[in-house]
Amino acid sequence: MKCRGMKLKQLRIRKRKLGKTGYNFVFGLVLTAVMVGLIILGFFWSPYDPEAMQGSLKLSGPALAHVFGTDQFGRDVFSRILVGAGNTLIVALGTIVIGGGVGILAGAVTGYFGGWLDEILMRVNDALAAFPSVLLALVIISVWGTGKYKVMLALGIAFIPSFARIVRGEFLRCREEDYIVSARLIGVSAPRILFVHILPNIMPALLSALAIGFNNAVVQEAGMSYLGIGVQPPDASLGLMLSESQTYLASGPWCAIFPGIFLILLILGVNMLGEGILDRFGGGR
Amino acid sequence: MLKVENLSIYFEDNGKIQEAVRDISFQMQDREILGIVGESGSGKTMTALTIAGLTKEHEILERGSILLDDTDLLKLPPAEMRKIQGKDISMIFQEPMTALNPTMKIGKQVEEALILHTVLSKTERRKTVIRALEDAELDYPDLLYGKYPHELSGGMRQRVMIAAAIVCKPKLLIADEPTTALDVGTQESILKLLKKLNRKYDMGILFISHNLRVVNELCSRVLVMKDGVILEEGMTREIFENPRTEYTKELIAAIPGHTRSTAFYELLCAEAGE
Repeated sequence: MKCRGMKLKQLRIRKRKLGKTGYNFVFGLVLTAVMVGLIILGFFWSPYDPEAMQGSLKLSGPALAHVFGTDQFGRDVFSRILVGAGNTLIVALGTIVIGGGVGILAGAVTGYFGGWLDEILMRVNDALAAFPSVLLALVIISVWGTGKYKVMLALGIAFIPSFARIVRGEFLRCREEDYIVSARLIGVSAPRILFVHILPNIMPALLSALAIGFNNAVVQEAGMSYLGIGVQPPDASLGLMLSESQTYLASGPWCAIFPGIFLILLILGVNMLGEGILDRFGGGR
Repeated sequence: MLKVENLSIYFEDNGKIQEAVRDISFQMQDREILGIVGESGSGKTMTALTIAGLTKEHEILERGSILLDDTDLLKLPPAEMRKIQGKDISMIFQEPMTALNPTMKIGKQVEEALILHTVLSKTERRKTVIRALEDAELDYPDLLYGKYPHELSGGMRQRVMIAAAIVCKPKLLIADEPTTALDVGTQESILKLLKKLNRKYDMGILFISHNLRVVNELCSRVLVMKDGVILEEGMTREIFENPRTEYTKELIAAIPGHTRSTAFYELLCAEAGE
């Protein structure tokens, strides 16, 4: 037909412009990449053994040999930050994998099917959500004991309700969309509808929820290590370093400042990335 | 091919039972294009969705049967029904802008029914999808295969929907107001396309519309529905020339300048050699 040529033009991919909204995304991506890069580096290499004590160099300030100084046992702060941030990252990632994984599953099933299953799971969810998540994690840890992986599990369980609620709302919204009705009408099975047809459509909301969850998990881990129930010494974690350095704030402030800055930058990066993703890909919804 | 007998559909709404469709019966022959016209709330879409196998939670089906080649669809367990959906019966919707999944590529969406209902290999599936897109009169199907819905116009999306619906060559295509959201020019071309597919693949079409003019252009036979019952049934031409009920007369009178479209119908018939 005569208008076909016009239609071909519409097919050409429009290039996305890097406008106001691109700023969060790009900056967050760069910052996150740098921080995670440093942490990954810490898994394989650090300037000094993070647990090696040097009696002669207790609380010495930043210098060429020890760029971030040394702590009260003469351990290199930079090495401990790299390794400690690794532990923090593992706990945070584990938390969102557990919390996000179970939350997505529960939210998807309850949101899509509804009915009595929805009622039961959501009431359990409400009961979980009724406790502040830190309190819940504290209870779980006092029952199971402390340690990196137990903190992960405790925080993960404590994070389930918020994910489940967000995901449920999104599935509820998508369930009645025409394209989901179409999928049902060509005989697509329920699991495939949930995870192949709907899940990609809720990605913007889900990714930013995961980014926020990640940040909360980092802060919570730091808080729990600070309270002495998270990562146990001589292991390092950012929260533990902050907690240990509290006594020496006057004589060695660098022991607190550098882990603190690292923590802030990591959270800032992931937070901006999360917002950037929502701005960039979720704007039209 | 399709035989609907004594079908009634009710809703339960806060304990109150509401009637949507009351005791309707009709038949469709192979290759027939049957139109259902009626206003909003007349039960025409409910009937179509029930035939396509989509029932909602609050819906009660009381007695009646829907026979597709001697299989009673209402008695099939859900797993069996899913094998028929998309293969023997498929459906296209009114709103082309929302009926395609925004996160799936065109090719994948058309392919979905093939993955479910055939044992074709990946390359064979791709070929079949490209052929379906060509059948739906879309140009550059290879290019379209990897596009997302937002890159297409409304008319093109409606054609993609049609391609997805016919990719398994169903016996029955249910079209629920497929032209309502389109402009008049695109409407005509979609109607012609449906007519062509009907002839090419011997596919029965159940065409639902509130627009008697459109039905007149496409359908050989028509049902007029109002408030959940069939008021009138017959050959489109007869009903048009000689409406028996007041309601049908009103519907015909509501067509702006309907004499012109009768002329168009004559033209189509002449084209078809009928």
